[in-house]
Amino acid sequence: MTDIIIHCAVALLFPPLLLGVIGKTKAAFAGRVGAPYFQPYYDLIKLFRKGSVFSETTSWVFRAGPVVTLSATLIAGLLIPLGHHDAPISFSGDLILFAYLFGLSRFFTTIAALDTGSSFEGMGAAREVTFSCLAEPTLFFTLITLARISKSLTLSDILTHPTPMIWLASGASMLLLAGALFITLLAENSRIPFDDPNTHLELTMIHEVMVLDHSGPAFGIILYGAALKLFVLGAVFVNVALPFATGNALLDWAIFIAAMLSLAMTIGIVESVMARLRMTRIPQLLVGATILSAFALMLVLR
Amino acid sequence: MAFSGVPGLALHHPARGQRIAAFFVVIASFLGEYAVITLLNGSTGAVYQIDWPLPFGPALLSVDQLSIIFLLPLFLVAGCVSVYSVAYWPARKHSSAGKLTLFLGIFAAAMVIVVMARNSVLFIMAWEVMALSAYFLLTAEQQSAEVQRVGTVYLIATHTGTMALLAMFSLLRGTIGTFEFPLSHSLSPSVPVASVIIITALIGFGGKAGLMPLHFWMPGAHANAPSHVSAMMSGVMLKMGVYGILRTLSFFDALPVWVGWLILLLGAWSAINGIALAAGQRDLKRLLACSSIENVGIIFIGIGLALVGMQLQAPYLVVCGLFGAFIHIINHGLFKSLLFLGSGVLIHAVGTREIDRMGGLARRMPITSPLFLVGSLAICGLPPLNGFVGELFLYVGAITDGIVAPLPLAALVAPVLALVGGLAVITFVKLYGIIFLGVPRSVEAAHGHEATPAMTVPMVLLAAGCLVAGLAPVLLVRLVTPAVALYGDLAAPVIAKVTSLVPIVPLTIANILLVSLFLVIGTAYLLRLRRLPRSRGATWGCGYLEPTARMQYTGTSFSEMAINVLGAIVAPNRRKPRLAAAFPPAGTRFQYTVTETVLDRILTPIFEVVGLAFSYLRRVQHGQLHIYVLYIFATLCVLMFWRN
Repeated sequence: MTDIIIHCAVALLFPPLLLGVIGKTKAAFAGRVGAPYFQPYYDLIKLFRKGSVFSETTSWVFRAGPVVTLSATLIAGLLIPLGHHDAPISFSGDLILFAYLFGLSRFFTTIAALDTGSSFEGMGAAREVTFSCLAEPTLFFTLITLARISKSLTLSDILTHPTPMIWLASGASMLLLAGALFITLLAENSRIPFDDPNTHLELTMIHEVMVLDHSGPAFGIILYGAALKLFVLGAVFVNVALPFATGNALLDWAIFIAAMLSLAMTIGIVESVMARLRMTRIPQLLVGATILSAFALMLVLR
Repeated sequence: MAFSGVPGLALHHPARGQRIAAFFVVIASFLGEYAVITLLNGSTGAVYQIDWPLPFGPALLSVDQLSIIFLLPLFLVAGCVSVYSVAYWPARKHSSAGKLTLFLGIFAAAMVIVVMARNSVLFIMAWEVMALSAYFLLTAEQQSAEVQRVGTVYLIATHTGTMALLAMFSLLRGTIGTFEFPLSHSLSPSVPVASVIIITALIGFGGKAGLMPLHFWMPGAHANAPSHVSAMMSGVMLKMGVYGILRTLSFFDALPVWVGWLILLLGAWSAINGIALAAGQRDLKRLLACSSIENVGIIFIGIGLALVGMQLQAPYLVVCGLFGAFIHIINHGLFKSLLFLGSGVLIHAVGTREIDRMGGLARRMPITSPLFLVGSLAICGLPPLNGFVGELFLYVGAITDGIVAPLPLAALVAPVLALVGGLAVITFVKLYGIIFLGVPRSVEAAHGHEATPAMTVPMVLLAAGCLVAGLAPVLLVRLVTPAVALYGDLAAPVIAKVTSLVPIVPLTIANILLVSLFLVIGTAYLLRLRRLPRSRGATWGCGYLEPTARMQYTGTSFSEMAINVLGAIVAPNRRKPRLAAAFPPAGTRFQYTVTETVLDRILTPIFEVVGLAFSYLRRVQHGQLHIYVLYIFATLCVLMFWRN
């Protein structure tokens, strides 16, 4: 019971901090002081108090988009185990629902973008659906491989199963999986090298351009939902990449939080040392990640 | 009692009025649905025998669990379509309405007989009636050259299929010595002609189902038929091909494993190619037809998984494959009919099938728009709608294979389905977003109007079916369990063991949680909005002050990026002008068309070569009746001499 409460509290309150850490890391690399760690929280509070501007072309779809996206991401957050504790909702076959919830949120984000009738937002929507479509098989190859290693169809078992022993036994496969998952994490969350959340030109954006017309509380919901998505997919990565469990519940939570914070720092470092890819290169990298994960599956077949 | 719906369907076709006809079809559908539900609850179906003087053995009609899977959506869609047709194709506007109503009834009744027939000759007769009435239905607008062309292509395709079926049933007759269908699992696949029977069945039935590479007639035929006919053809008639293959395969005991793999591969090929083609289409109904190819592919993936599982003694593959295929058959009947009926409303309102000329219709069509959204979400297989349920079974089967099989080839189905699902999202975001959202792209779209209740009520019914089946998947599972047990020859505990891996009850809980979370957050958001200042303005144009509707992203531009990645399947054809100066001269045009690799690069050249060869045969076709009679006489003489 305590674990469920901690799970919900961490999943609800922690995500924006990841954005703060990424921002601070990037600032440190650029030699700036940077915004405070809690800046994303201040932004959210401010947005929830602001008025909204609605485009005259929009309909109810535009208002429903962010709400559906957040609901689907929240359910996905309840399906994954955090810090080697079982997820609050966990059943056989939940990994498929997990993947499809992101499909649902993508559908609504993109139709909300098309609702504005702006060509820039159409552009972003087209990019989003195309790149996610290419990232989808990677996720399933990864899940099949992990399912094969852990002999289970439940996310909680699959993701709490990796141990140092498994890493030693099939290290190559796990390394490939972690690599493929990290690429998927960056692509799905629109981070560099796939998309630059801080770019100044609408023509080159993916996620940010789709939400250009959202304002006030709706934009707050979108920012929060994006942070939550980063948190959820990041937790999947951390579960695979960090196979240590102490057995002490509180200590495990502390390790998990520390791991998530260092993941955020890693993302910040990646963003600081890399330039974003040309748009035509992105599909190649995504297909490359799919092939990596297919290799991982092949390696565990022995 | 069980079949009281059938004569009602078969008998009605008074040309006196559409309303009477629609009334009869609705009554017949209700009776049929009632009969189906009675049968599902365990009462045994009667066997009917038609006394006919033909020398082909007794003409038996009966219903088993497999037939029920097909009858259920058939009656539902037939009822909805007949009500819809009264408003969509009114007799006072279309002189062809009488003909259409007549053939719609015959078409539906013929399909009922196809599913019930237990005699090869009766089956072929019903099959031909179905195929030909579909031809008359789809050529309703016979003045148009385009309609005539696709009608001819359809005729050629369907008769090529019938030819294969005649060969197949003759071989079957030669093997078992009677025209009656053999009992299931009664034939041994080691009979020398068994492989030929299976291959001809795949050609004959696969062509009707739209399996690649025999799908070429589908996009044109479905696009040019009246929308309610497309709904029947796509939602129900394609499944008759699926039914034929399932029935034929059920005759054999322990099929060789290559059959399963072949069907699985054909299914996967159809699914990926079909949805890739759909993503590139600009014509609303052509897009929906291409997506039918994808859905039939998914059904065949399920059948293939089941067959492979039977051979490899893997009950989880058999159960998951059959559940996935059967549930998807019912689901596709619901959401594809819904989308085709919706496309009819759109054509009525805007007068074009071109997606890029629509836009902003959500405001003008407050009922059709959410219904179309439900259909789009369902066809993408997204929770909480019904499309997800069928795919869930396939995924569970594939991933279980990934866990336990020594060489998990069937597990590759999961990434394939994921890719197909991703492409489906591209296709249907484009379809819904470009048609209903944004600003109208043409004058007609700006004046679009909502349809009459006679058209929207059937759609509401179908959409409600999608929602209920999605929120309570246990209903679907109960519907198809008897068929799975019968077809897979499985005991109840085996099925229960596998279905316990599939989250049927937890899915309901998760779905309800999702919907209630949406309602809670949505209400909170709306309440918050009410307390804060709101203003309206133009869409942010990045500083550009005079945006026009023509600057919006179109369907073509939306899918262009994906099409480039999928160039191998849907080779885009660009005709670029040569640019000499900084500004192109007036009258310069850029043309972008999407071609289809299988049809345009492989099949068409083959047909051209065959056509050259056949031009010699044309000499015997001169249109003189007495010479034709002579042909018949000569053939009979030859046959008699051969016999003696």
